[in-house]
Amino acid sequence: MAKGVFFVAECRDGALRKVSFELASTARKLADQLGDEVGAILCGSGVESLASELAKYGADKVFVVDNPALEPYTTGAHAQAVAQVVKDNSPSILLCAASAQGKDLSAALVGKLATGMATDCTDLRIENGRLVAVRPMYAGKCYGEVVISSDPQMASLRPNVFPVVECAKAGQVVKVDVALGELKTKVVEVIKDTGGKIDVTEANIVISGGRGMKGPENFAILEELAALLGAAVGASRAAVDAGWRPQSDQVGQTGKVVSPNLYIACGISGAIQHLAGMSSSKYIVAINKDPEAPIFQKADYGVVDDLFKVVPEMTKEVKKLLG
Amino acid sequence: MNIIACVKQVPDTEAQIKVKADGSGIDEGGIKWVMNPYDEFGVEEALRLKEKFGGEVTIVCLGPARAMETIRTALAMGADKGIHIDDPALYEADSYATAEALAAAIKGLPYDIIFCGQRAIDDDSGQVGSILAELLGIPVVTMVTKLEVEGNSAKATRPIEGAQLVISTSLPCVITATKGLNEPRYASLPGIMKAKKKPVDIKNAAALGVSGASKAKVVKFVPPPARPPGKIICADDTPEGKAAELVKLLREEAKVI
Repeated sequence: MAKGVFFVAECRDGALRKVSFELASTARKLADQLGDEVGAILCGSGVESLASELAKYGADKVFVVDNPALEPYTTGAHAQAVAQVVKDNSPSILLCAASAQGKDLSAALVGKLATGMATDCTDLRIENGRLVAVRPMYAGKCYGEVVISSDPQMASLRPNVFPVVECAKAGQVVKVDVALGELKTKVVEVIKDTGGKIDVTEANIVISGGRGMKGPENFAILEELAALLGAAVGASRAAVDAGWRPQSDQVGQTGKVVSPNLYIACGISGAIQHLAGMSSSKYIVAINKDPEAPIFQKADYGVVDDLFKVVPEMTKEVKKLLG
Repeated sequence: MNIIACVKQVPDTEAQIKVKADGSGIDEGGIKWVMNPYDEFGVEEALRLKEKFGGEVTIVCLGPARAMETIRTALAMGADKGIHIDDPALYEADSYATAEALAAAIKGLPYDIIFCGQRAIDDDSGQVGSILAELLGIPVVTMVTKLEVEGNSAKATRPIEGAQLVISTSLPCVITATKGLNEPRYASLPGIMKAKKKPVDIKNAAALGVSGASKAKVVKFVPPPARPPGKIICADDTPEGKAAELVKLLREEAKVI
């Protein structure tokens, strides 16, 4: 019988990403309810030393697949490695990150393991010994509760939503050798975005601009405030389609869905397709001249005024705060 | 070059989504149905490859009778023929069962590249392209914003957090398309006229040898959690005053900065 709550840890450039600890903590919580063990799956090259960090957040065992062919990440190699560990251990639950890499990997794993998965979950619970996964659908216009009849029951977790809780366990390292078959894809180039920009899906604070920004040059005022707050700068579809901002910054149903602690919408009216992408943010601020703008219906704090006056003043205030 | 583009019909992005009172699904009344925007990028890329290398573009779509409209749209854009998988047993199919049906329809056809949207904007699962690749035993590159095909291989660019990866892949392969790949064309009037005569093969589950049995099921649909009513910050009605009050509230009340 399938047993155990497993998760796939995600690393990049030799370090675990924060979502790996969110996965470990969530797996621990579910395993405690089921009276099961937590198994972490760690794939890469020279990654064994990271196992102890996963133990700190609740991993009883860490399955390490260490192979030079696993660095950098490719779908084929990682899916083979993880699938092997899963087939050898038959966990009842397998959690992945709904990050760029995790979404890619988890979807390939559903194919390899012939199972079901709830994507981009925002809540997980156990009912009658089975997983119930809560996830936004229609970019958050409604939510679905998903149950999976096959094992492992897979779920990918939206980054930044699940809490990180320390809970030291043994983290016994189990080395696994996987004979990787022929690999048909290869990373030939990595082009880093300039300026160490934070991705909108990973930032605790997102400051977005829309049509009301009036032009690409005016995003500088958002960037100045963002730099002070450690925030990412996002954009509405209108701003992206106008060519003011790159596609990777677009928040909404045809862009990225974000759940930061704080979302500041500047000059965004709040088209339903934008609201869908940000309404699960913890706090929402709207700054817009038009008091009738739909964005105010979603906002915790609304400022009806000219963003070109308010935002620079906010920057001054934040500078004062931060001394 | 033989190219397949998988498409799905979904509610328009401007659609209000209402959950049925019993939570069994969404209320489809008044919804305007369109081609999934991410699939449109796939169809457009398929057409551009056909224009460059010659060959044929086949549209594969799973959905009820109304989905024929989406197939015709793709044909009007310039695709050559379609396969419409229409069977009530498959309407509620999860990602795996959907990919099984698509794979069954595609197996036996010649193909060099299969395009899917990176996700459908209704269920937002983003799994079908990858499962399809696995079932057909071919590689997949997801979330592609740029594609260059050369001989028997292709180079695809995909964004990850903070970087772009350039990935080379052998053909045949599955490419899942995302925004940035291209600007989809509109169907021309002659295109729309021609599309009416292009062949569309309708297949049911039995013909494909699939059951549609799903492993993942949405057991309950719920509306999004309601947000408590917000505050409009008036302060002394100056931009300076409002900004100061806002920063104070974010710091002291919300504790987010």
